[in-house]
Amino acid sequence: MATSRDDFVIAIRSAFLKKGNQQRFSLIALIFFSIALIALSRFNFPAINYLKISLNEIIYRASFVVSIPEQQIQNASIALNKHFKLYKDLEITKKKIKQLEYEKYNSNYLTSENERLRKLIDEYIIQSDELVAKVLLDKNSPFLRSIIVNKGSKDGVKLGMAVLDDQYLIGKIVEVNYSTSRALLVSDLNSKIPISVEPGNLLSILSGTGKDFGKIQYTQQDFNFQESDIVYTSGSGGIFKSGIPIGKIKIDTNKNIKVKFFSNLSQITFVKLVSFEKGEIK
Amino acid sequence: MSIQVKKSLFKKLLTFVPLILLFVSVMNEFDFNYLNYKYFSFNFPFILIYYWSLKRSESLGYGYIFVAGLFNDVTIGFPLGVSGLTYLLICGFAAYLRNITLRPNLINDWMFFLFTILFVTSINYFLLISIFSIEMNYYELMGNIFFTFIFYYIFAYLFDIYLRLVFKGNKNV
Repeated sequence: MATSRDDFVIAIRSAFLKKGNQQRFSLIALIFFSIALIALSRFNFPAINYLKISLNEIIYRASFVVSIPEQQIQNASIALNKHFKLYKDLEITKKKIKQLEYEKYNSNYLTSENERLRKLIDEYIIQSDELVAKVLLDKNSPFLRSIIVNKGSKDGVKLGMAVLDDQYLIGKIVEVNYSTSRALLVSDLNSKIPISVEPGNLLSILSGTGKDFGKIQYTQQDFNFQESDIVYTSGSGGIFKSGIPIGKIKIDTNKNIKVKFFSNLSQITFVKLVSFEKGEIK
Repeated sequence: MSIQVKKSLFKKLLTFVPLILLFVSVMNEFDFNYLNYKYFSFNFPFILIYYWSLKRSESLGYGYIFVAGLFNDVTIGFPLGVSGLTYLLICGFAAYLRNITLRPNLINDWMFFLFTILFVTSINYFLLISIFSIEMNYYELMGNIFFTFIFYYIFAYLFDIYLRLVFKGNKNV
């Protein structure tokens, strides 16, 4: 019994303390170094932040280059799929265009009416600064859903800026480096966005699920969700302006309420980074 | 350049393939997540580090593995040091198994790999959830462990072939 315990201790000691063949560092020294790094990261030690920013600048660019072959395969597979669905898509698109034409006229009328009414009650309007950025990396990992874009503090990117795909909200900036930034997508588990569900003006929080849909949290039980209700930002918290479309309600077979995002978050190549500020009505 | 020199350079390059694969995989995460199969993902660096630490530890230096961990943290947005610690623990488990094994056997290595990834992923999960308050999906994590475990067998088979072809004559193999 004692011998087997001794063997165990010797094997452990040899594995963690001894330097292996052609190894410059012992394993235990590096493990302690990692633990120290984690502790310093936890307490936001300034030197660690500088190290992280420097690594970000180098690695994001390198990752972009390294990802090119996989991106090409991914793009080829998407193109092939699109090709096979072309005819069906055309028919659907024709129907949608008709519907949209009707909605456009309606929307123009409502926009002008809205501006006129806001003027009457002395409300402010929202002004925005826009930047177009290219997605360098699309880390669709099972744990964190984020993208890296090629605009950073030198271009005027700020923490908390909204990230839009066309007109749809897809995330917000959570990390800004000198020439790159990281945006946390709305599908990430850690993403929480104040929303309103229309029609009905239900205020709630949209939380990511780590998948291609979101879920609505902290809402009253008796609200009657309808399939295809639209989810917009509510503007609460002052980060985003109100009324940016995010997705629509989908009710699955188990009566679970899901939010299907308008944008396909795995196929984004360019995004708009937008910050909103209060401005006067002209 | 003579053919002989070219050949020896090519051979030298082949010995660096595991290291190159490690850095490419941490920066690129070629885990086929874009296929969007529910719960399907696997952690290729775990497989690579465990296999090469077990079979030929000098192919991946501990220092390089630690740096690869830092790269992975930056790429996927984890706090610095988390992946490094995870990778080094895998190296430790592999080194322990190497020390106690007289007759290497793929099934034994495979089962010990399951124990290793369960342990290190738990540490990873604990660090991210408890210390950094980052939310993670437990089921996604279990799926990731399961597929990493399954894929180990396939990759170990392929790496075995590579090991025999490139490092034949090496007494460590």
